[in-house]
Amino acid sequence: MTEIFGVPTQALFGQLLIGLINGSFYALLSLGLAVIFGLLNIINFTHGAQYMMGAFVAWFLLNQAGLSYWWALVLAPLTVAVFGMIIERTMLKQLYKLDHLYGLLLTFGLALIIHGLFRNQYGSSGMPYAIPAQLAGGQNLGFMFLPNYRAWVIVFSLVVCLSTWFVIEKTKLGSYLRAATENPELVRAFGINVPRMITLTYGFGVGLAALAGVMAAPIYSVNPLMGSDLIIVVFAVVVIGGMGSIMGSIVTGFGLGVIEGLTKVFYPEASNTVIFIIMAIVLMFRPAGLFGTQK
Amino acid sequence: MALRKLALAASVALAMGPAHAQISDGIIKIGVLNDQSSLYADIAGQGSAVAARMAVEDFGAAKKGMKVEVISADHQNKPEVGSSIARQWYDVDKVDVIVDVPTSSVALAINQVTREKNKAFLVSGAATSDLTGKACSPNTIHWTYDTWMLAHGTGSAIVKTGGKSWFFLTADYAFGHALERDTEEVVVKEGGKVLGKVRHPLNTQDFSSFLLQAQSSKAQIIGLANAGGDTINSIKQAAEFGIVGKGQNLAGMLVFISDIHALGLDKAQGLIFTETFYWDQNDRTRAFAKRFAPQYKGNMPTMVQAGVYSAVLHYLKAIEAAKTDDGPKVIAKMKELPTDDPLFGKGMVRKDGRKIHDAILVEVKKPSESKGPWDYYKIRSTIPAAQAFRPEKDGGCELVK
Repeated sequence: MTEIFGVPTQALFGQLLIGLINGSFYALLSLGLAVIFGLLNIINFTHGAQYMMGAFVAWFLLNQAGLSYWWALVLAPLTVAVFGMIIERTMLKQLYKLDHLYGLLLTFGLALIIHGLFRNQYGSSGMPYAIPAQLAGGQNLGFMFLPNYRAWVIVFSLVVCLSTWFVIEKTKLGSYLRAATENPELVRAFGINVPRMITLTYGFGVGLAALAGVMAAPIYSVNPLMGSDLIIVVFAVVVIGGMGSIMGSIVTGFGLGVIEGLTKVFYPEASNTVIFIIMAIVLMFRPAGLFGTQK
Repeated sequence: MALRKLALAASVALAMGPAHAQISDGIIKIGVLNDQSSLYADIAGQGSAVAARMAVEDFGAAKKGMKVEVISADHQNKPEVGSSIARQWYDVDKVDVIVDVPTSSVALAINQVTREKNKAFLVSGAATSDLTGKACSPNTIHWTYDTWMLAHGTGSAIVKTGGKSWFFLTADYAFGHALERDTEEVVVKEGGKVLGKVRHPLNTQDFSSFLLQAQSSKAQIIGLANAGGDTINSIKQAAEFGIVGKGQNLAGMLVFISDIHALGLDKAQGLIFTETFYWDQNDRTRAFAKRFAPQYKGNMPTMVQAGVYSAVLHYLKAIEAAKTDDGPKVIAKMKELPTDDPLFGKGMVRKDGRKIHDAILVEVKKPSESKGPWDYYKIRSTIPAAQAFRPEKDGGCELVK
C-alpha cells in the first residue's frame, strides 16, 4: 500500500472526509456569525449558546412532543430564531450606535447566563439523542466506513451554506440587505423597513446556529457545554476567513476542518491548537483575514 | 472546699477542653474542590458537596458539639486555578481539609500545596496511582480508586477473555498517561501486546479521526484511557462508525454510572469495567442512594461521590479520636483507625495513604434486562481489597521505606 509520511493513503482519504464533516459544522456556524457581523456589525458571542439551544429544542421536541428529527430540523431553528429576535429587539437594538465592544460584552454575558442555566438544570454529561432511523447505518467506501448520517451532514450543510451565499450576494433581497448596512438612511428613504430587515437577519443568523445544533445532536450528546467548547474555534475560523465575508467563512470552515483532521493523524496532541496557530499566522500577513477586505 | 472546686473545674476542663481547644478557631472547615462546570461535573461536582454534607450529618457533628462547615469551589480542571483556590482556602479561609479533586493534574498540584501548608487532603475524584507512589505525602489519603486498580481489574479481565492486542485512545494529561502506563503493563504481563496509541486533547468533541486510526490498527481491543465527556463521545461515535461488532471491542478503562446514564443502554450495553461502588449493591448502599438522589436532581451517586462521603465520615471520626484537626495528626489517626462505613464496608488506610476496599467488575445490562433508569449494572465478580490495589512495596512511596 502506498504511504504518505508513514500514513497509508487509504487511511488519509478517511481522515480527509472526516475533516470535511467537522468542517461542515464550522462552516454553518461561522456563516451565521459572518452574516450577523457583516450586516449588523454585531459580534455575536451568544452563537455557541444558540447552537446548544438548537440541540436542546430538538431533544425537547423528541421527548416531550414525540416529534422526530425531521420536524426538529425545521422547528428548532425557528424557535431559537424567535428567541434571538426578541433579544435583538429588546437589547441589541440599543447598541447599534455604540462601539462593537458593547455588543460583544452583552452577547458574551448572555451566553454565560444561558450556559449556566442549562448546565445547572441538565448537568454536564448530556442527554442521548438517537440518529434518525432513515439515516442509520452506513456505506463501506473501501477506504473507510462512512455513516449515512455523516454523509447527510456534509451534503445538507453544503446546500444550506451555498444557498445562503446565493441569497445574500446574488438576489435583490440580498442587495437590499447589503445596502441597508452601508447606508440605512438612504435605504429607508426608498420605503424599506430597515429595522425589521435587521431583526430578521439576526434571526436568520441565529437560526443557522440552531440548525447546526440540531445536526450535531445525534453525533455528540445533547450537552449544555457543546457550544462553549465550539464557539472559540468558530471565532478563529471567522477571523481567518475575514470578518463578515460570507464565502470566506464557508471556505475556511471546510478548509480548517480538513487541516484539523490531518493534524489528528500527524500530531494529535496539537489538534486543538492548530487552528489558533493558523489564525496567528494569517493575522500577521493578512490582518483582514484571507477573504476580508480592509474597511 | 475552694481547692476541691478548683480541682473539679480543672479535671472537667482537662476532660472536655482539648476536643475544642485543639480545633483551630473552633470550626472544622471542609473544602470540596472539583470540576463543577465542565466534562467531569457530573462525576463529582455539586454531588460531592451533597455527599460531604450527608457525612457531616450522619456523623452527628451537631450533637457532639463539633462545628463543621462544608464549602465548595470549581477548579475548572486547571492546576493553576486549583492551586490558587487551595492557597486562598488554607491561608485566608481557614479550611482544614480539601476533598475530592478529580483531574489528576490538579490533584497532584493540590497534593503539593497541602504538604507545603501542612494541612490534609482526601482524594476521591482523581485517578493517578502516583498519589500513593512517587508523589505520596503524609498529608494525603487516596480514597476511592486509582489507575493501577482500574488497569488490573478491567485490563486483566479483558486479556483473560481473549483480548490480546490493544490500541489506546488516551487523554493527553497526567491521568491518561498514568492509566495508559498501568494498563499497558498489565496487558504485556498477561501476554497481550499494544499495537499503538493516540493521545487526544482533554475535552475533545469529535473522536472519529482517532477511532479511525484505532480501527486501521486492527487491534482487538480499543482501550479508552479517558473519562467523563471524552469517554461518552468515544463510545457513542465508535457505535456510529460501526467499530464494535467487526471484530473490535471497546474497553472503557474508567467509566462512571453518570456516563452510562448519558449514553443510554443501547449504546453502552456489554461494556465491562471496574468500580468500587454501585448504588444498587446492597441495602445500605440503596438506602444511601435513596437519600442522596432527591438532594441532587434525582441522580444516583457515582463512586467518586460515595468516596467523598466515606472519606469525610472517617476524617471526622479521626478528629474525634485524635482531638485535634491538625493535618498530619488527623491523617495519621485515619491510618491507625480501621475504616467502616455503610458504602464501602470495612477497610483500612495503608501507610502510603492508599485506602483499600473491595472492587467490583461490572457489566452494563442490555436494555431488556434493565428495570428502568439507573438499573444499569450486573456485578460479574468482586475483587477482594487485598488484590484490588497495588501492593504497598511496589509503589515507590517514601513513607513505606
